[in-house]
Amino acid sequence: MLNKVLDSFDAAVADIPNGAVVMIGNFAGPGGTPYYLIHALARQGARDLTIVANTAGGVGLTLDYDDHRLLFQNRQVRKVIASFPFSTSASRPSIAEKQILANEVELEIVPQGTLSERIRAGGAGIAAFYTPTGAGTVIESGKERRVFDGRPHLLELALKADFALIRAYKADTFGNLVYRGTARQFNPVMAAAAAVTIAEVDHIVDPGELDPDAVVTPGIFVKRIVQVKEDPGFPRHPERTFQVRGQHQGKEA
Amino acid sequence: MKERLSREAIAMRIARELFDGAVVNLGIGIPTLVSSFVPEGMTVIYHSENGMLGFGPVVPAEDMKELADIDLVNASGQYVQPKPGMCFFHHADSFGIIRGGHVDISVLGVIEVTDHGDLANWMFPGRGVGNIGGGMDLAFNAKKVIGATEHTTKDGKPKIVKQCCVPLTSPGCVDLIVTDISVIEVTPYGLLLKEYAPGWSVEDIQALTEPELAVAKDLKEIELV
Repeated sequence: MLNKVLDSFDAAVADIPNGAVVMIGNFAGPGGTPYYLIHALARQGARDLTIVANTAGGVGLTLDYDDHRLLFQNRQVRKVIASFPFSTSASRPSIAEKQILANEVELEIVPQGTLSERIRAGGAGIAAFYTPTGAGTVIESGKERRVFDGRPHLLELALKADFALIRAYKADTFGNLVYRGTARQFNPVMAAAAAVTIAEVDHIVDPGELDPDAVVTPGIFVKRIVQVKEDPGFPRHPERTFQVRGQHQGKEA
Repeated sequence: MKERLSREAIAMRIARELFDGAVVNLGIGIPTLVSSFVPEGMTVIYHSENGMLGFGPVVPAEDMKELADIDLVNASGQYVQPKPGMCFFHHADSFGIIRGGHVDISVLGVIEVTDHGDLANWMFPGRGVGNIGGGMDLAFNAKKVIGATEHTTKDGKPKIVKQCCVPLTSPGCVDLIVTDISVIEVTPYGLLLKEYAPGWSVEDIQALTEPELAVAKDLKEIELV
């Protein structure tokens, strides 16, 4: 019987080899970041990794916490492909920032929409696509330019990965996933773009327990599922829905 | 007496550009403040890069313990509140909304902006590094781009220049510049001064602006409400 559930985060990342390309679901804070999978990969110690993520870790816009900055701290990263690689604070540069400026880690900086579309293309069998974003800027360097409807576009190549570490809210044992709020971000596109996608989730249920209409990530994209068993202590109310009705406008700041 | 508008007042002026049903993306800094000044009765649908439309206000400091949730944050990483009619989607769809031209107004911070509407706002001055983030997609693809900025740098140098010295976010993207002393439209013929802060003359503003300003026929004092 098809069952993708593993007991431990360490077991889930055990076979990630040196030199692997690893996508990590991530935006500005811990929401939607696979916290325990990242920690397991840091313990596992694979080196020369290429990390594909929105940030290079340690940006701390929402709060300061140990995300994939651990992988930079352990010197496990050779290259990072990101849209928001640097700390917003000059006085608190991230670990990745120091390594990038010292030429110890290679950086490929990509506009966020191009990054997410390159990943989507990778999962969808599109080899490359033209986008207007970046034409006439430093992003154009080395890329094919072509004019459509009178507007210059750049050819951007798809991104694929050996592994994707993603975070979802609920999985069934087939790997079908639903997400919670803005924790969705890059996770569904990364799930499709990696050879092996590993999902860290709050709840695992039997097939049939998820409303098929509510499933965001089809289970065929997910190879391994691990349930979170402890609370990392972030501000979060996972028992609550974000659905609100009526004239509720929220409390003004 | 010449006064410079506060960051909040710049945001108040920008809020006058909003309209009922507008899909609006607010960048980090002054742009974020715009949401506090939406006229009563007007529905503005905020877009956030991390996959959300139609969210509510930022969680007030005193309610953090009760309301803050890492799964409901805006693109600046701030905790926000849910609102009836909001929806979530993944990152590629979120930028499909931007690239597809479905964002009516993008309000962005400015490091430098030219009379051709070239915008530079991603490389941190003096650091030699920067985050492109979602700003480049917004600058290239939003229907209307508003630059929100102080008119000059902390050292008093013009931020409205003939040519950007730092790497561009997008060439020719800015439609309107709202500063602490002026409102300037970017036209195919160059910059058009439309409004001035109380006490400021055309000459005063021109002296702090590198490119030449044309003056609107209906030039007037900035109205905030």
